[in-house]
Amino acid sequence: MEQVAIASGHEDHGTVTGVANTKLAMWMFLASDCLFFGAFISAYLLYHGRAGQAGPKPKDVYSIPFTSVTSFILLMSSLTMVLALAAIQRGDYRRLRVWLMATALFGATFIAGQIYEFTEFYRHGLSLSTNLFGSTFFVLTGLHGMHVTAGIIWLLTMWGMAMQGRLTTADSERIEVAGLYWHFVDVVWIVIFTVVYLVPK
Amino acid sequence: MTTVAVPGKVRPAGLLRRPTATRGFWSWFTTVDHKKIAIMYGVTALLFFVIAGIEALFIRLQLLSPNGTILTAARYNEFFTMHGTTMVFLVGMPMAVAFGNYLIPLMIGARDVAFPRLNAFGYWVVLFGGLFLYSSFVLGGAPNGGWFGYTPLTSTPMSGGFLPGHGPDFWAVGLILMGIGSTTSAINFIVTILNLRAPGMSLMRMPVFVWMMLVVAFLTLFAIPPVTAALIMVFFDRNYLTNFFVGGKGGDPLLYQHLFWIFGHPEVYILILPGMGIVSEILPVFSRKPLFGYSVVIFSGIAIGFLGWGVWAHHMFATGLGPVAITAFGLSTMLIAVPTGVKIFNWLGTVWGGSLRLKTPMLFALGFIAMFTIGGLSGVTHSIVPADTQQTDTYYIVAHFHYVLFGGLIFAVIGGIYYWFPKMYGRYMNDKLGKFNFWTLLIGFNLTFFPMHFLGLWGMPRRTYYYPKGYGWETMNLLATIGGFIIAFSTLLFIVNILTSRYRGELAPDDPWDGRTLEWTIPSPPPEYNFAEIPIVHERDDFWHRKYTEDDQGRLVRIPSGGAIDTPAATTTGGGGHEDGNDEGHGIHMPSPSYFPFVLALGLPLLGYAAVFKDPWILAPLGVIVLLFGMYAWALEPGSE
Repeated sequence: MEQVAIASGHEDHGTVTGVANTKLAMWMFLASDCLFFGAFISAYLLYHGRAGQAGPKPKDVYSIPFTSVTSFILLMSSLTMVLALAAIQRGDYRRLRVWLMATALFGATFIAGQIYEFTEFYRHGLSLSTNLFGSTFFVLTGLHGMHVTAGIIWLLTMWGMAMQGRLTTADSERIEVAGLYWHFVDVVWIVIFTVVYLVPK
Repeated sequence: MTTVAVPGKVRPAGLLRRPTATRGFWSWFTTVDHKKIAIMYGVTALLFFVIAGIEALFIRLQLLSPNGTILTAARYNEFFTMHGTTMVFLVGMPMAVAFGNYLIPLMIGARDVAFPRLNAFGYWVVLFGGLFLYSSFVLGGAPNGGWFGYTPLTSTPMSGGFLPGHGPDFWAVGLILMGIGSTTSAINFIVTILNLRAPGMSLMRMPVFVWMMLVVAFLTLFAIPPVTAALIMVFFDRNYLTNFFVGGKGGDPLLYQHLFWIFGHPEVYILILPGMGIVSEILPVFSRKPLFGYSVVIFSGIAIGFLGWGVWAHHMFATGLGPVAITAFGLSTMLIAVPTGVKIFNWLGTVWGGSLRLKTPMLFALGFIAMFTIGGLSGVTHSIVPADTQQTDTYYIVAHFHYVLFGGLIFAVIGGIYYWFPKMYGRYMNDKLGKFNFWTLLIGFNLTFFPMHFLGLWGMPRRTYYYPKGYGWETMNLLATIGGFIIAFSTLLFIVNILTSRYRGELAPDDPWDGRTLEWTIPSPPPEYNFAEIPIVHERDDFWHRKYTEDDQGRLVRIPSGGAIDTPAATTTGGGGHEDGNDEGHGIHMPSPSYFPFVLALGLPLLGYAAVFKDPWILAPLGVIVLLFGMYAWALEPGSE
């Protein structure tokens, strides 16, 4: 962190492995976070379709077309994230700002969709305490939503720094690390969308 | 979070000036020096060790004789819960992190850890998590559901009431906070060990302690998330009426036990592997022989790291998992005893035929081997399912894990402090007092915990706050209580020894024990930048080979200092990568202290209190503001002043 003074954008970071400290740290954090989501996904699967649950079932509340659209938007934000990284790496700061903002907005659209979805489900009588489905669904997707929200704040901070001209090609690693996090959150959503929404019952 | 500050590029904002003081009382709040942070971890762990010890003494007094009346049942529940929780999360783990913090950079030839501010942040989170946990005693009831916090006991809402007070809430949130601290230090250690090794310090040349800390860091990284998830579920069940563990709604309380023990069993290795690392450093030095089977010790440690994930259900044999699962976990439990046993033979092989110097650190290391072996033998009996089912929740279990964790970890830690104290302060700890400390501790420890094997086999249950007359448990309980007070006396000796030796101990040279690893090549106490010049490593036990060579008959011969191999040109690099000078350290650029690890960490317990007391209007916004301020100030402050 403090000691790493980067003179140029080339790959050797003066570390033993050749991988930058911040990037390695982010990979480690993501590995840890995998198990965090894994625990909640396991809980969801364990209780999925268990008999004797009162209240709405998944098929009563899901709107697969709607969630497919918001999921698609979230996936597209990974594309814009890659474009932002490519932009800073070749020194195109205008496009960097555009793609960072686009990524944050796509993320925000996803979160807006999730808030709408939660409200709808609640109107259909599904709350945290209704049944096992409500408990596992809201806590799992809610925690994922919090991860996305943290990512949006991070992206907006990066965008603000880009607007001030404080991000240059030499800082592209910072975008890369933010991107790692963002892609991870997207990948987790692919798993959640498949397991929670698409697995029948 | 991730700043790569380039000096001169960031404008020096007045608000974000970095503090510069590296001495004096206030410097402790802003320091990012791994050695100072290590001392803070160590002192904190020692204080909590005393607190947990006092709780244990109350437990022992209560059980001194049948029908004890010192504690009420409710207070007894709080004390055994807090004793266990404190010993695991506020003594064992922080103590291991203290050793790791102090020694990893010194042993691999680095100037600091990879993320100095994150390091400080981790410490403050653990400290605040501990204070948060203990504040529960005055803020609505201490945790009282056991350190394992089984559901549905802990997860039933307060109104439905198995457990009075906010205890389980404080427990769940406090453990999540400390988990955040542990995870940051684990990430920091992994990156430091993989990325910041000195030239020539290949993985298979690293000291065993560093290897064990690498394994521990990975275990921590993967063990904390499942328990964090479980604690979130408990907290939601209790406070927001979710149904994760509500049997009546189809929920499964056993899910909690799986999630908890998937953390809980690797946690055992998180606690013991640092102790194994410490002992593996002490034994070769005081036997004047290299560690017997270095690579076998390393690979056994890694094997324990992997197998540790496959044995968790032996904590749950009494829950009716079914014959297949029980057989599988019984076998894996036998299997993990193999690499552990291998290590014991490696240590014996190291001592065998060595020219032993029985100084205090060596005594503690030998004590570790003996006590840990007893604990390991009683441990492997748990793989025999019928025996395990009989032993479950009896004092036999209490005896077993105290032999592993006290006889193992605590003996290693105390030995390690005696061993590295001269490096930390340039003074020896008193060896006479140290030996007295060792023998009283060994006797007190065995007197306390050996009788518990019998008590357990005779049927005395754990966690019982009293026992009636006439079961024949009186004598053994009396012995255990006497032993407990001998341990307390011995601990007092240890603390007195630290305090007196710190200022009046005999002065020690830089290499007081004729050591083998890099930390002994630098002055005591080490300068802030550790190494004036980054060393170049040529061999395993590099420092030893700089001092000694073998003659024709294979006998050790000391290389005269100033000899060819010893010249600085051959053993150090000028420059070392990230500093601009090498004039006795004056030109070395170390990261400046920072206020914001403290500030950022302060936001977390505020959010914790907001969660426990359901206060979304004052504490929660305050916590978020402190957190955001800390985060942005952290990211935007200049790289150095």
